[in-house]
Amino acid sequence: MTNLTDLTINESLIKLKNKEISPVELTKAYIEKMADNAKYNAYVTETTDMALRQAEESQKKYMNGTNRALEGIPLGIKDLFCTKGVRTTACSHIIDNFVPQYESTVTQNLLNSGALFLGKLNMDEFAMGGSNETSCFGTVVNPWSKDIKLVAGGSSGGSAAAVAAKMCAGATGTDTGGSIREPAAFCGVTGIKPTYGRCSRYGIMAFASSLDQAGPICKDVTDCALLLNSMAGYDEKDSTSSKIDVPDFNSFIGKDIKGIKVGIPQEYRPDGLNAEVGFYWDKAAEILKNAGAEIVNISLPHTKYALPTYYVIAPAEASSNLARYDGVRYCNRVDGNGLEELYINTRTAGFGKEVKRRILIGTYVLSAGYYDAYYLKAQKVRRLIKNDFDEAFKKCDIILTPTSPIEPFAIGDQKMLENPINMYLNDVFTVSVNLAGLPAMSLPIGLSKNGYPFGMQLIGKPFDEGTIFKTAYQLERGANFKRM
Amino acid sequence: MAVDNDTVKKIASLAKLRVESDKLEETKQEFNKILAWVEELGEVNTDNVEPLVSVNNEALTLRKDEVTLGHISKEVLANAPAEEFGYFVVPKVVE
Repeated sequence: MTNLTDLTINESLIKLKNKEISPVELTKAYIEKMADNAKYNAYVTETTDMALRQAEESQKKYMNGTNRALEGIPLGIKDLFCTKGVRTTACSHIIDNFVPQYESTVTQNLLNSGALFLGKLNMDEFAMGGSNETSCFGTVVNPWSKDIKLVAGGSSGGSAAAVAAKMCAGATGTDTGGSIREPAAFCGVTGIKPTYGRCSRYGIMAFASSLDQAGPICKDVTDCALLLNSMAGYDEKDSTSSKIDVPDFNSFIGKDIKGIKVGIPQEYRPDGLNAEVGFYWDKAAEILKNAGAEIVNISLPHTKYALPTYYVIAPAEASSNLARYDGVRYCNRVDGNGLEELYINTRTAGFGKEVKRRILIGTYVLSAGYYDAYYLKAQKVRRLIKNDFDEAFKKCDIILTPTSPIEPFAIGDQKMLENPINMYLNDVFTVSVNLAGLPAMSLPIGLSKNGYPFGMQLIGKPFDEGTIFKTAYQLERGANFKRM
Repeated sequence: MAVDNDTVKKIASLAKLRVESDKLEETKQEFNKILAWVEELGEVNTDNVEPLVSVNNEALTLRKDEVTLGHISKEVLANAPAEEFGYFVVPKVVE
C-alpha cells in the first residue's frame, strides 16, 4: 500500500468515502511525518491531540453518511490566522503568547467543511519577508535542500515546506506581495492567491489591508480547488469580502483550454533573466500551446514601478495596522516610566528588525509633508499598474510568467541580508498582482540544474480563478513534475 | 530626499520605536537606500491620474446599528498584560 501521506486531498477523500482508509489512520500518518521532519522547523505550535479527537468525529460522520466536503482532511494553518483557544503569534515576540478568543472566518469555513488542524505553521514575522528568516521561531528549512540548507521562501514558508514534506495534506497561506506563490515555487508545491475579496480577512492579523488575501497551498492544482471552495465566500465581518458568487472551482479541473489566449508580458523578460527561468517559461508556453491555447505577446509597461509602489503602500498600511501592538491590549509589555515609554519599550523589544524597518518607512511616507510625494504618488502609479492589466486582458484570457526570478537560495545568504532591496527584488513577478487585486497561482514546472524547484505563475482576470484552474491543470499535466 | 539622523529619530518617535544611538547611522543609510529606490516613481507621469485606494468596486453595505457581540469583556481582556475590575491597566496618565 502506498504511504497515506503521498496521497493528494482528492485521492484521500475517495479512499475515505470508500472506507479503504479512516480519518484517524490518515491523521496518524501525517503526525508521524511531522515528527520525522521536525528538522524543517515548519510548525511553531502543534495541535495533534485535538486533530486526533476531530478525526474520531470525522470517522463517525463517514460511518453515518454525514461526511462534509473536506471531512477528516488534516491541514496546517499559517500562524497569521486566529484560531480559537490555540496560540497565534504571527511569529513575532510582541504577541508570542497570544491566545485568540475567536476563530478566523477562513479557518472556521474549513472546520465547517470537516477539515482538522494539525498545528500552526511558521512564517516571516507579521508576513514581512521573502525567506522566512524574520520569524521569531527561526528559519524554515526547504525540504529540497541538499548539502546547503536553503530557504523555503516566505512569508508562508512553513506552509509550503509542510506541504512539500508531507507534514499536512494542505495548508493555508496569505499573500500580500507573493507570500503564497514564492514559497510554493521554492518548495515545489502549488498555491493560489485568489482575487482580492474572495476570502474574508476577518481574523487574519493584518499586514497591508488593501493587499492581503488568504489562499491554499497544496500538493497539486485539484487540491487547491477543493480547499479554495471551502475557504472562499462573502463574510459580513469583512466589508471588503466580495458578494460575487463563488463557483465550484473543482468543475474547471480537466476542462480543455482550446482557443484560450495566454499572454506573455515582454517586460517580465529583462536582459539579465536567469537562463533556466527563461527555458522553463518557454517550455510552459509550449505545453499550453500543445494543449490548444494561443500564445500572444502583451505589454505591462509600468512593471518596473510595481516594487517601489509596493514598498510605499505596504509599509504605510503596515505602520498603521501594527500601531495596535502597544503593550496595553495584547500580551507582552515592557514597563517604562509612564505610558509613552511603555509603548516605546514594548514595541522596541517586541518587533524584529524587518518589521521595525517597514514601520519606520511607512510612518515616514505617511507623515506630514511627505504624504503627497510618496503615498499619494504610489497610489496613482498603482492605478496605472492596474490599468496595464485591464488593457492586457483585452488581448488575452490569462497571463503566464515565472513566479520568481531565482531558485531558492541559502539560509543566511549575505547578498540578501546586506541590502534589504535585494530581498525585495525576489518579488518582482508577484507584487503587481496584489496591487491590481488579481488572482494568481504558482505551480511547479521543473528542477534547476542544482536540483531545486522552479515555479510558473498564471495570472487571471478578477474573479476568474476558473480559467486559472483550467489552464493550470493542463500545465501540470504537461509538466509532469515529480513531487518529493 | 535623503533623511538625516534627526529625521530618523523623529520618525521613530512618531512610530513609538527607539533607535539606539549606535544604530542611528546604519538605520539612516538603510532608510535612504530604500527612499532613493522608491523615488524612481518620480519618473512616472501621473497628471490627471486618480489615486487607487482600493481594488474593491462593490458598494459597502450598511447594517443595522445594533449590538452583535456584546457582554464579552472577559474575552476582550483575556490577553491583556494587566487588567483589573474589567479594565485594561496602564500607568497613570492624568496628573
